[in-house]
Amino acid sequence: MRHFISIADLDRTEALEVLATTEHMAATQSRSIRKLPTLVGTTVVNLFFEDSTRTRISFEAAAKRLSADVINFSAKGSSVSKGESLKDTALTLQAMGADAVVVRSGSSGAAHLLAHAGWIDQPIVNAGDGAHEHPTQAMLDAFTLRRHLRPGDPRADLAGLHVVIVGDVLHSRVARSNVLLLDLLGARVTLVAPPALVPVGASAWPCEISYDLDAALAEGPDAVMMLRVQRERMVGGGFFPTAGEYARRYGLSTARAAALPEHALVLHPGPMNRGFEIAGDVADGPRSVIVEQVASGVFVRMAVLYHLLATDAREDAR
Amino acid sequence: MTVTPSTPSSALLVRGGRPYGEDVADVLIEDGTITALGAGLEAPAGAEVIQADGCVLLPGLVDLHTHLREPGGEEAETVESGSRAAARGGYTAVHAMANTTPTADTAGVVEQVARQGEAAGWCTVRPVGAVTVGLAGERLAELDAMARSRARVRVFSDDGKCVHDPVLMRRALEYVKSFDGVIAQHAQDPRLTEGAQMHEGVVSAELGLAGWPAVAEESIIARDVLLAQHVGSRLHVCHLSTAGSVDIVRWAKARGIAVTAEVTPHHLLLTDESVRGFDARYKVNPPLRTEADVHAVREGLADGTIDIVATDHAPHPRDAKDREWDRAAMGMTGLETALAVVQATMVDPGTLSWRDVARVMSETPARIGRDEDQGRPLEVGSPAHLLVWDPRPAAPVDPAEHASRSTNSPYAGTELPGRNRLTVHAGRVTVRDGALAED
Repeated sequence: MRHFISIADLDRTEALEVLATTEHMAATQSRSIRKLPTLVGTTVVNLFFEDSTRTRISFEAAAKRLSADVINFSAKGSSVSKGESLKDTALTLQAMGADAVVVRSGSSGAAHLLAHAGWIDQPIVNAGDGAHEHPTQAMLDAFTLRRHLRPGDPRADLAGLHVVIVGDVLHSRVARSNVLLLDLLGARVTLVAPPALVPVGASAWPCEISYDLDAALAEGPDAVMMLRVQRERMVGGGFFPTAGEYARRYGLSTARAAALPEHALVLHPGPMNRGFEIAGDVADGPRSVIVEQVASGVFVRMAVLYHLLATDAREDAR
Repeated sequence: MTVTPSTPSSALLVRGGRPYGEDVADVLIEDGTITALGAGLEAPAGAEVIQADGCVLLPGLVDLHTHLREPGGEEAETVESGSRAAARGGYTAVHAMANTTPTADTAGVVEQVARQGEAAGWCTVRPVGAVTVGLAGERLAELDAMARSRARVRVFSDDGKCVHDPVLMRRALEYVKSFDGVIAQHAQDPRLTEGAQMHEGVVSAELGLAGWPAVAEESIIARDVLLAQHVGSRLHVCHLSTAGSVDIVRWAKARGIAVTAEVTPHHLLLTDESVRGFDARYKVNPPLRTEADVHAVREGLADGTIDIVATDHAPHPRDAKDREWDRAAMGMTGLETALAVVQATMVDPGTLSWRDVARVMSETPARIGRDEDQGRPLEVGSPAHLLVWDPRPAAPVDPAEHASRSTNSPYAGTELPGRNRLTVHAGRVTVRDGALAED
C-alpha cells in the first residue's frame, strides 16, 4: 500500500489486513505504556484545509502513539487562507521533510491529486475529500461493527450483516466509503434518505436505496449508522422543507431505536446534531457505540500509518 | 513583435491531392484565388509546387466558437497566438468569443479584435459580440452598433454564460433580425447548475462532485427553439452535448424552426469516465457526458441534426488547471486537434465523408456566421482558403508543439490520426508541413 486514498482502491484482503493491524494496535493500547517506538524519527504532516478538530486530533494521537513527530498545518491563519495553492503547499511540505501527509480538503479528489500529480512523492492519507471518500472513517466503522457483531474473531469479515445508513448521503463522503467497504466485507447495506439527498447515479452503488426509514428498520438491521445532516452544504437549498419534517421522517428517535433488534448498534461519525438526526437519548443509550468509534478511529489511523510508513522506517533503521 | 506570415507567392500549385477526398485534381492558386482545377496542370513559371499525393484537400476550416482571450486574458492566449493555432489546425477563419476583459460588448472592442486579427494575418478573425452588457444577462448590449462596425458582427453570444432570462432572450432574437444576425446560446440553466463540477450521473455520484444535469442544457434549448419559432428568428445552439438536446433540435428542425447546432470535438470523443483521475484537463463546460451521449451527438452530426463542429477552444494558463478539480478552470484547447478528432470519430469509422467534413467544419459554419468569403467550394473563382490534410500518419498529441499559448489539451499523449500539410489563407501559405510559415 503506497497511499490510503480511497476504499475503491482496496481489495478484500487489503481491507482485512488493515483491520487485523488495527486489532494489534488496539491491543497495544490497553497496556500501561501505550506509546510504541515504531515511527520514531518520522514526521507526519496533518494538512487540514477544512476544520475538523476530531479527525485531526485522532490522526495526531495515532501518529504520536507510534512516536512520529507531528506537524499540524491548518487552513485558518495560514498561507492557505492567503490563497496559496495545494500545489505550493505540497511543495513546501516536501521541502520541510514530511514523511507522510494526512490531508483533509473540501475538494473531492484533493488527496488523489496530492498522491498522483507528481508534486510530492510522500505517502498520502485521505482524511476526507469533499463528498468523495473518508476511508479511515469507514475502516473504523467496520472495526467497531466487527468487534461487537463478530466478537472474538479478529479475522472475520462482515458477511451476513445488514447495515442501514441514514441521512444526507448526497454530501456524505462517509456514506460513500462505508457503502464500498461494507460491500467489500460482505455486508448488506441499505441507504435511507429523502430522495433529494440521494445522488442521481447512486443506483449503480452496491447497496439498496430506500426513502422509508421505518420500513428499513422493520427489517431488523444489525446496525444503524446515522449521518450528520450537513446543513451548511445545502447549496441551492430546498433539500427538505423543514428540520422538523426531516426529523419526523428520518431522525433516529427514541421510539425507532427501541424497536430495533436487541443486538443492533447505533453509530454516528460525529459531530452530531442532537435532537435532529438523532435523539440525545439514543446517542447516549446502550446501543450507541458512538464514543467507541472515536477510540477505534485512533487504532485504525495507527494501523494505516503503520502500513504506509513502517516499512520505510525499518529500511532506514538498517 | 508581430511576425507576419509569408507573403503570397506569385502562384501555388497543389499537385496530386484529392479535393474533398474524391478524385485526384491539381489546384492552381494565383493572386489569392483558385484559377485552375483539374488533372495534369502545368506549374506557371516561379510557382511553388506542393506535392499532395494521398492527401485530402478541403476548404479552409471555419470555427464558429473560439476563445482568443484577448483583451484581458493574454496569459492564456492572444489574437496572434490563437490565430496561429487556428492556422496550424487548418482553419482560415475563427469567431472570437466575447467573454474577454473588457467584454466584447461595444463596437470599439470588436473592432479592436478584428484589427488585431488582420494585423496577425494567420486567419480571418470574426469577433462575436456579447448579447448583454458585460455578459451580465441584464440588458442588451448595442448589438446594432457592433453589426454596423468595421467588424460587421453577425454572431452574438454570452458564451460562458447563458442568456437565461426568457424575455431578454426573446428580445435578443428579435433584435438581430434587422441585420441578419444570430444568437448563439450557451444553454445552461444557472439555477440547475450552481456549483456544478461535472456531468450528473453515475460517475459524479461516485466521485462526490456536484452534478451538471443534462436537463439544465436541454430545458434551455427547448425553450429557445420555441422562442425562435414564436418570433421567427435564427437561433444557434453552442456546444450541444446530450442525447436529449439532439432529440430536441431534431424535433425543432422537423417543425421548420430556424435552429442550427454545434458539437465540439471533445464531446464527440470523451466521456465523464475521464474525470475519475481528477485531472482538470478534462474539466469543461458543458461537461463531458456519457457514452450514450457521445453516440447520440455523433449520430446527430451524421444525420444533419447537428450542423457543425466547433472547437470551443478554451486556453487556460497552467496554474488554472494544476489544482483541485473544483477550483480549476473549465475548458480545453481544441484548434490544433479538431480535424484529427473528427477524422478519428467520424471519418475513419465511415460515418462522414470528407465532403461532409467540408460541410460541417467549413461551409456551414461560414454560412451561419455570414462569412461570405469563407467556406466556399474548391472551384475556379473561389477565394483560396484551403488546407491539405494527410489522413495517413498517426501520432501522439504533444501540446508543447502547439502554437497556442496554453497546453490544456485533453489529448496529450493520445494518438490521433492525420497531419496538416498545408494551410492557405487568401492565397498565402500560413502552414507548411505542419509548421507555421514565417518569413
